[in-house]
Amino acid sequence: MKVAITSKGNTLESVLDSRFGRCSYFAFYDTESKKLEFVKNPNLNVNEGAGPLSVKLIASYGVKKAVSGEFGFKIKSLMDDLSIQMIVVNEEKTIGEIVELLNK
Amino acid sequence: MKIAIASGKGGTGKTFVSTNLFKAFKDLGYSALLVDADVECPNSLLFYKLKKVDETIVKEYRPIIHSEKCVYCGLCADYCEYNAIFYVPELKQIKLLPNLCHGCKACSVACQYGAIEDSNTEIGIVSSYIDKGKNLYFEGRLKEGSVSTIPMIKSTITQASKQLSDFILIDSPPGTSCPFIQTSIRSDFVILVTEPTPYGLSDLRQAILTLDSMNKSYGVIINRAGLGNMDLYDYLSENNIQILGEIPFSKEIARIYTQGDLVYDKMEDMNLLYRELCKKIINYGNSLS
Repeated sequence: MKVAITSKGNTLESVLDSRFGRCSYFAFYDTESKKLEFVKNPNLNVNEGAGPLSVKLIASYGVKKAVSGEFGFKIKSLMDDLSIQMIVVNEEKTIGEIVELLNK
Repeated sequence: MKIAIASGKGGTGKTFVSTNLFKAFKDLGYSALLVDADVECPNSLLFYKLKKVDETIVKEYRPIIHSEKCVYCGLCADYCEYNAIFYVPELKQIKLLPNLCHGCKACSVACQYGAIEDSNTEIGIVSSYIDKGKNLYFEGRLKEGSVSTIPMIKSTITQASKQLSDFILIDSPPGTSCPFIQTSIRSDFVILVTEPTPYGLSDLRQAILTLDSMNKSYGVIINRAGLGNMDLYDYLSENNIQILGEIPFSKEIARIYTQGDLVYDKMEDMNLLYRELCKKIINYGNSLS
């Protein structure tokens, strides 16, 4: 299963970006192949609709779970429609730590 | 002559000035029209006993997307400047995000497959009212949940402007962004209401920079004079900005206002202040023609 994690940087040591639509990077992690890929968020600076555009992005990667600090009201119903589970992490965790938790 | 009563900061007294100034213009024998263009929370008509004469439902374009006709080419989403079309071709998902849609109709132009149907949705109501003296009032009221503030403001002012009147007073929304710009741009003169506090000054500066960039004429009313400090006065004199009047920070004024009365009717010095304000605006109007 593919998981999208919002990240402030593009390494395992980077911390979770608390914003979803305007995060710096998306870390795409495949729990089966254990592959991790960082993609710079192209929607960081759009005027409007960063949230839905980011949902489109992760959906096109076939993601089924999204991990972030917060999900805005504009996107919750979109995520539900696409059956993408939202996981909110409030603590400051690194991508490496979140990947570890996903493997448990 | 159209006059916008605006401010940067909220709660400085736009409605207070609009409602009293309106009464003063009428007393001086002019025809005047009061327009509440603060469409997100209109309340200037609370000060008068009025009867509704007409109402117009304001509509804005919203496409209806028929996914069964969609070939998922993505052109409509490309055309949409506001990212209002949620489109995931991999999952055959397409839908409108109505809160992001600005009603520009570009998607309709883009679609060659008949998947986008033109339609309109209600965004609010412009109502007109009349008092015993046959004076007209207009109020724009945005529908709950609608975010189409700008089209609502435009429609309110356009409808009111059809009336023949010496002075059209437009009670404007707060802030210095689009709603402020759209009311100011439709006016011949802008009255900026501020207060002598750091907040008042900071927001007034932004409002003035905005109006300067639009080449609009304006003057400033200082409300709650005596509060705060002198920074506002220094700023105004350094920049040669006209002070149209000063309303003192007074419990009596606040009491009358919160009871829904007009200080113009109840306080002699306020009556004089508003009459003077009218004359300044009339002189300005004469200097234009």
